[in-house]
Amino acid sequence: MINIAIQILIWAVGIIAVVTVNALALVYLERKVSAHIQCRLGPMQVGFHGLLQTVADAVKLVSKEQIIPKNADKVLFILAPILAFFPVIVLFVVMPFAPNLICRDLNIGVLYVFSFASLEVIAIFMAGWSSNNKYSLLGAMRSVAQVVSYEVPLLLAVLAVVLVIGSLKMSEVVQYQHKIWMIFLQPAAFLIFMMGGLADTNRSPFDIPEAESELIAGFHTEYSGMRFALFFLSEYSNVFLVSCIATALFLGGWYGPFVNGIHWFVIKVYALVFVMMWVRWTLPRLRPDQLMNFCWKILTPIAILNLLVTGVVLKLVH
Amino acid sequence: MEMNVNPQQAAAHQKDGLMGVVFASLEKLLNIGRANSLWPLTFGLHCCAIEMMAASASRFDLDRFGAGVFRGSPRQADLMIVAGTVSRKMAPRIKMLYDQMPAPKYVIAMGGCAMWGGPYQYDGQYAIIEGVDRIVPADVHVPGCPPRPEGLIEGLLSSA
Repeated sequence: MINIAIQILIWAVGIIAVVTVNALALVYLERKVSAHIQCRLGPMQVGFHGLLQTVADAVKLVSKEQIIPKNADKVLFILAPILAFFPVIVLFVVMPFAPNLICRDLNIGVLYVFSFASLEVIAIFMAGWSSNNKYSLLGAMRSVAQVVSYEVPLLLAVLAVVLVIGSLKMSEVVQYQHKIWMIFLQPAAFLIFMMGGLADTNRSPFDIPEAESELIAGFHTEYSGMRFALFFLSEYSNVFLVSCIATALFLGGWYGPFVNGIHWFVIKVYALVFVMMWVRWTLPRLRPDQLMNFCWKILTPIAILNLLVTGVVLKLVH
Repeated sequence: MEMNVNPQQAAAHQKDGLMGVVFASLEKLLNIGRANSLWPLTFGLHCCAIEMMAASASRFDLDRFGAGVFRGSPRQADLMIVAGTVSRKMAPRIKMLYDQMPAPKYVIAMGGCAMWGGPYQYDGQYAIIEGVDRIVPADVHVPGCPPRPEGLIEGLLSSA
């Protein structure tokens, strides 16, 4: 009993530490990647090549004034950033980092991941609604519409993968790929998953919920200081999580040439994170109607077709 | 070992990153954090705004000093760069934006117009606020018409 309690404590501390440090590193990475894509240098003055830049940002954000607008719904306004950060930590519970490095290897791992990932929408809408600000509300509405729509092709793509593997357990999903990675069996599903992932994390080219030129900052317009930082951190952690899930489902998790292990998982995850940043800083933003058309008229039919073909082929093979 | 961090020392070691072990009061730590992460408000009034954009783009790159994160929302900004002529119609909005920013907040008056009215200051003029100091407290004044991006960077570093 006491062993289990200690184990849970170690996992909780470890996950929270990894989430925060990783998010800080990703913010730095994003600024560097964006800078080099735009032919700039990025943070250079704080620490060696700006390594301490996000630490300085964090120090500043902690010491900033916390503003709660007079007409805001105070309870929801304070709860929303916490609720936005909660699924991130919860999702790390089933991430298969290495054969022996899974906190809880649930039977329904994949289902668990996607059910908690969709909680994020509620936090975003709470933030937008409680701010009592037209930009926040518009941003939140767009975000909800977008995330709910893009979850359809995303889940259909994942369903095809689960159909091939025949298990929802994260460790079995990875172990299935020890000979051939899922990306080679399901390339269409991988592309759909990555596009849906970009849309789910509200990142460019699907970042209309926080389109700066029209909505100021989207659903977190009224948030200042540490509450804003929580939204910021949860966005970057979500990018990391989408890459983690893609690595586990499609890129063979901890398997790789030479020695299998956590290093392959980390390398693949950061490569995917880099691709997502690359996409963000090289593509323009879509219009809301283009976004919805792309989801319902292109991605969803392809995902359904992919699922159908997968089912037929599996039936013929067995 | 007790070592006081003065800004010159800290600045001297910022480039090589060899700060060593430093003991300092919390206020000093907060000040280092604030100085190195001044997020400006995306907010341009007139032609100086073009120079402000140039300062954040490839050649001059404000992001080197951690000041490249232009935030659209005043709630998330620390620094207001008043880049251009302040007309009487714009003045209430500028005051409102300043009031919406969370403390600690700083203001840079960029260019002649924001400092004293610039070329638009003459007897009998009725449309221009002669200097942004009359509505919000400016911490740094950057002269020029318009100032070069280097001037803005200098002003930003001296405000930090």
